[in-house]
Amino acid sequence: MSTKTSMMERISQSTRSLTTGVDTKDVEHWVTIYIMGRGYRVPADLTIMTAMEFAGYKLIRSCGCRQGFCGACATVFRREGEYRLETALACQTRVEDGMSLVQIPFVPAGAASYDVAEEKYAYSVFSKYYPEVDRCVSCNTCTKACPQDLEVMDYVQAAVKGDFEALTEISFDCIQCGLCAIRCPAEIAQYHVAQLGRRMYGRYGSPEPAHLKSRLAQLEQGEFDEALDELVEATRDELEKLYAARERESD
Amino acid sequence: MPYYPGCTLKTTAKNLEDSALAVAGALGIELVELPRWNCCGVVTSLTDDDLMRHLGPLRNLIRVQEMNADGVVADEMRIVALCSMCFNALKQTNARLAERPEDLEKLNGIMYLEEDYEGGVEVVHFLEILRGIDPETIRDRVKRPLEGLRVSPYYGCTLLRPKGIGIDDPESPTAQDEIVRLLGAEVVDNPKRTVCCGSYQTVANKEAVADLAYDILTSARAAGADVVTTFCPLCAFNLDNRQREVRERHPDFEHIPVLYLTQLMALAFGLGEEACRFDLNHVDPTDVLEGARLVKEGT
Repeated sequence: MSTKTSMMERISQSTRSLTTGVDTKDVEHWVTIYIMGRGYRVPADLTIMTAMEFAGYKLIRSCGCRQGFCGACATVFRREGEYRLETALACQTRVEDGMSLVQIPFVPAGAASYDVAEEKYAYSVFSKYYPEVDRCVSCNTCTKACPQDLEVMDYVQAAVKGDFEALTEISFDCIQCGLCAIRCPAEIAQYHVAQLGRRMYGRYGSPEPAHLKSRLAQLEQGEFDEALDELVEATRDELEKLYAARERESD
Repeated sequence: MPYYPGCTLKTTAKNLEDSALAVAGALGIELVELPRWNCCGVVTSLTDDDLMRHLGPLRNLIRVQEMNADGVVADEMRIVALCSMCFNALKQTNARLAERPEDLEKLNGIMYLEEDYEGGVEVVHFLEILRGIDPETIRDRVKRPLEGLRVSPYYGCTLLRPKGIGIDDPESPTAQDEIVRLLGAEVVDNPKRTVCCGSYQTVANKEAVADLAYDILTSARAAGADVVTTFCPLCAFNLDNRQREVRERHPDFEHIPVLYLTQLMALAFGLGEEACRFDLNHVDPTDVLEGARLVKEGT
């Protein structure tokens, strides 16, 4: 058996529960967490997500990439004796003793339907599709709820000012988990607002990369048609060989 | 000096910001835009326990503290606003928190994990800065006196009320008049210069606003005004942009240009089209100004 593991194997291993293959009698540190009010003893080094699985939950929602990128595992919790409600991604947050939690499988913050090609590149696009932005009282609750540590309030304010570039910069790492929206006292769907803003900036604001134009022209002239046909007709073995020999950036 | 623009100055009232910044520059007033400024709060909540509405203005005051701490400005605790509505909202919150330290404590508590507001920031309006300048300095800067132009300054409410917040006599204000005269223009007395423009009714009830604008503007016209000046983007919207509805409801109405005072200053200082930004006014003022031979050779 080859000792070299593929990228996909490495990813799947890294997301496995740390207790996989470990006998529970060998686990030294345990904590008690409360999932939807019911108490469970779980190994202390698990994430919320793996702890739920350890407790017997099969996750069919609130679970996606397990790597902190997809935003599916929004979770709210309280620490024992604390009055503050905290927010987190279940796959990125370790359990703590006395933690009381629930996952949010879906945030019912309606996303507007629009065609950026038809819209005017001005602040008014926000009040047209998400008029709630004007209700922002700058309380900053959204920023404190963000598991990505984004300055959410600042990008909402950038929207109000019509500053598409600032909005794009500040919101770029948003993973659309929706925790800002469920905490907002002004009922703003911040992450949808940001997506609208980034789409508008992408179309009208950001400089057009010169190489994109030339590459599109090459595509239109059919420069790669032959190469593509070869790939389509290649056998699995040939494809694997090509894949292994592909040009790539270093890890 | 820390400068708070507000959202309209970045969107619908660019003619106020562009002209005011050019005028400030010409007078040697250095305005440094607040980093990370947010909404001013717009309309001050008069509900006693609705503290959350004061968070927006409060955060902007904290930015002034930070600018001093970071050395962006040197020992300058004043924050200057151009939009009179922003000025009013910022100043009202600041005054309330000075009077009621228990409210400040609560708000600082709501902002846990963030910098507290220590107090000590002073909110001023640009017009106050202008009034504080030696009149000779302004007169010396005038390259093109506005001779023959009859100006009706309109004040609205947010520069004047409530008592303790306003910067002038609420019944008989003159703060703009002094500047207008220094520019070489003539001030005409419009008895309706403090009558409400209709404010936010413009969203839900534009007919009512059009009727108010009709009253204010025909009164200015009757007093002999060529143009009306203001410092408030909302007043400007209601008196300028709403003239279309005014004309629809009152066929006898004659259009009259409504300008920010700083646009007239930029004109008199000879700062050029980029500073005057007459292109952004709804009712084009250039005909009237040309009539007064003020914008012939390239403003």
